[in-house]
Amino acid sequence: MKRALRIAGPVALVVLLAFVPKFGFGLGKALPGGFSSPGTLQLLAVCLIFAGVALSYDLLFGFTGLLSFGHALYFATGLYVADVAITKWHWSFFEACLITAGVGLVLPAIVGWISLRTSGIAFAMVTLAFAQAGAILVQKNPHSWTGGDDGLGYDYTHVPAAFVGVVNTKNLYWLALGYAVVVFAAVAWAVRSSPGHVWQAIRENERRVEVLGLRTRRYKLLAFVLGSFLATGGGVVYLLCVNGANPSVTTPDFTLTLLVMVVLGGSGTLWGPVLGGALYWYANQRLLAVGGSHAIQSLPGVLRTPLSQPLFVLGTLFILAVFFLPGGIVGIGARGNAGRRGLRRLEAALRGTGDAA
Amino acid sequence: MSGLLEIRDLHVFLGESHVLQGVSFDVPEGGITALLGRNGVGKTTTLRAVLGLVPRRGSIRLAGAAIERDPTHKIVQSGLGYVPEDRDVFAGLTVEENLRLAERNGAARYDLVYELFPELKERARQRAGTLSGGQQQMVAIARALLNPNRLLLIDEPTKGLAPALVSDVAHVLERVAEAETALLVEQSLGVVRRLARSIIVLDQGRVVHTGAAADLDDEALVHRLLGVGHAA
Amino acid sequence: MSTFVLLTITGLGLGAMYFLVASGLSLIYGLMGVLNFAHGAFLTVGAYATWFTESKLGGISSVTLRFLLASLVGLAVGALFAALVELVLIRPLYLRHIEQVLVTVGLSLAMVALVQGIWGNDARLYAVPNWFRETTHVGGATIPNDRWLDIGAAVLVLAGLKAFLRYTRYGLVIRAGVENRAMVTALGIDVRKAFTLVFAIGGLAAALAGILSGVYFTEVDPGRGTSLLIFAFIVVVIGGLGSLTGSAVASVVVGLSQQYVNYYSSGVGDLSVVLLLALVLLARPATLAGRTA
Repeated sequence: MKRALRIAGPVALVVLLAFVPKFGFGLGKALPGGFSSPGTLQLLAVCLIFAGVALSYDLLFGFTGLLSFGHALYFATGLYVADVAITKWHWSFFEACLITAGVGLVLPAIVGWISLRTSGIAFAMVTLAFAQAGAILVQKNPHSWTGGDDGLGYDYTHVPAAFVGVVNTKNLYWLALGYAVVVFAAVAWAVRSSPGHVWQAIRENERRVEVLGLRTRRYKLLAFVLGSFLATGGGVVYLLCVNGANPSVTTPDFTLTLLVMVVLGGSGTLWGPVLGGALYWYANQRLLAVGGSHAIQSLPGVLRTPLSQPLFVLGTLFILAVFFLPGGIVGIGARGNAGRRGLRRLEAALRGTGDAA
Repeated sequence: MSGLLEIRDLHVFLGESHVLQGVSFDVPEGGITALLGRNGVGKTTTLRAVLGLVPRRGSIRLAGAAIERDPTHKIVQSGLGYVPEDRDVFAGLTVEENLRLAERNGAARYDLVYELFPELKERARQRAGTLSGGQQQMVAIARALLNPNRLLLIDEPTKGLAPALVSDVAHVLERVAEAETALLVEQSLGVVRRLARSIIVLDQGRVVHTGAAADLDDEALVHRLLGVGHAA
Repeated sequence: MSTFVLLTITGLGLGAMYFLVASGLSLIYGLMGVLNFAHGAFLTVGAYATWFTESKLGGISSVTLRFLLASLVGLAVGALFAALVELVLIRPLYLRHIEQVLVTVGLSLAMVALVQGIWGNDARLYAVPNWFRETTHVGGATIPNDRWLDIGAAVLVLAGLKAFLRYTRYGLVIRAGVENRAMVTALGIDVRKAFTLVFAIGGLAAALAGILSGVYFTEVDPGRGTSLLIFAFIVVVIGGLGSLTGSAVASVVVGLSQQYVNYYSSGVGDLSVVLLLALVLLARPATLAGRTA
């Protein structure tokens, strides 16, 4: 019975979300328009994408205890490889997806295999280094493929008609919803599977797992590749939603915002990163609108300037959350120390000793 | 009975292991009290708990004043000297710097320290990392003796030392015992018999025996509490 | 040959800037176990404070004097800001390393956004004394004088820090604390004061790097802190966390290789630095397997 309820809840939510484009009303200033307006659907679609990408990151960070500073690389890979294939090489959409999937598997396999020779802070730095290498590559604009600092547009004639045009925004919304559902289901299934149990055991105390005779590096690599692959998928969906590629997603700052999403929402849980990712993007976008509203504009300059900057507000909220809400939003009211324990385990994982004292 | 150090119901968790399960004892003023027990029973942890180097619950009083809420540096400033099990001298600093670091309020007893350990004066400029084990032990003890402390916490000072050095250290501790109070963790019963006035025995996270050092003459007791073939 | 000389001096100049940022990072991590992502913010705050002060000192006719005064203000602001960050955000989270890192992440995002909000995204021009714009001839190459400033500043800071560590009580405490923080407290020393001091020193050095970068690039922008921070992290990791000399050597290596590789292979310099990091980490990961208290 409990199991049925546990599935029924999320399913009901998905169904509700699926009907959103049919809603005839809106939420006033909270949204750019009514629910069925393209502006709102676009916003919600990207929220869903980030919900999925954040969860893919938490698979590494919250569940397996791998602090990666380079997750942005895989999201950017999905975005750029697909865009370049379609726009510069003039491949069909299907072919572009194929090659993106291929790269999305091979790249993290290689990078992961190399990076996982280290652990703790060293691992974090190596992943940062690889992501930085990717960012530099994009900036160098080899053969004028990536568009460098200016970003890359995209050739919509190669994309299925259902995903092109303002009138089809609802299709993009459903695609994004589908992506989020797939990521959620994949991660939920994976952490409950037997490799998933090993991941969580590794996060708690890697040495103990090794003593049991398990090759922890293989399990970590599996989590790494799976999480990265899911993020790559998010990159492709993102491309369709924003019609182009931009180097801002290749920066370490972007991985850091993923970290913020995950911790704000509650790391080590399924719903935490989902909430964190969606809320972060929503806040990022709508704060700009709210920032322009009368209430903020009438404040004295000293308050108005910082408050009109979404990242300032989010950064500050994040700091407050670290102090007062270690379990993230999901941890509010929940068994008090769950979030703190999660962070303790992560700390042990960072030390590389795996002894959660 | 109240002592210089009063421990009541001390609990320490290391990871998931409940290492100290309600340890209570007193350390009387004057002389050396030995803390004994089998390997891994929690003797070192007890000393670290007194200093606040591990998270713990329970009451700790030094000369009647509660210190369990104070941060480590404050506890030490109230008059505790510590000689850790692994010596923990700072390898990158010279002998002289190691000692200077331990200075507290300018009442440093260099005369005493150099009298007990003349070799340290010769090697003042030598990097502590290049010293032998025995010499590092001297630095560790000298550091603790530099200030007039109310209580010294000394953790296995003879561990890993050659017999001649063990004797030297025991000699130093004898001098110390004349004027100061110490809680000494020691595996070597010979050293304990020579130096200690009273003993406290730990087993399975609790105190199982307190008494005079003479109790160690009872072989049956020793066998029961400390196991077979305990170092003599 | 003259190109080589130019590349070398430029590489050393850049390396100098990296070192200034890395020195603080290295000390902070070595002593406190905190991976300080907000270090770039110290740089940015110092750089902008200098620019801002400079723009307000229009009444003084000597550019050099304006620059000097503004720099002093920028350095003070950098140091104070860093000390404040340590007191308010880091100290309360003592021993909770992950939360400390997270807090510095949040701060770095917030500060960049704040600077963007106040002064916009566009770069701000630095008014610089003429001598820096002039050049000297060395080995047939024409070297812009600001390179000498960078190198000189780094050497001074390195020497100053080494002297501080060697000859002062706080320096002694820091050196010991980098080795074994717990034992320092077990000697009755309140390490927390050393923590604030180390943050302040780091803030000062980072602010100096920010000012120098303003001279080098002739301008500052909100992203300067972050871009220099990446290189500083690489330098610190290659040189060994907690080692000042290591950072110095590594920053020279990084600065030089960046220049040489960039020139001799059309632009892959930045990439090669990143690869260098990966190689170093793979060759000796042990040095980084976490610091304990």
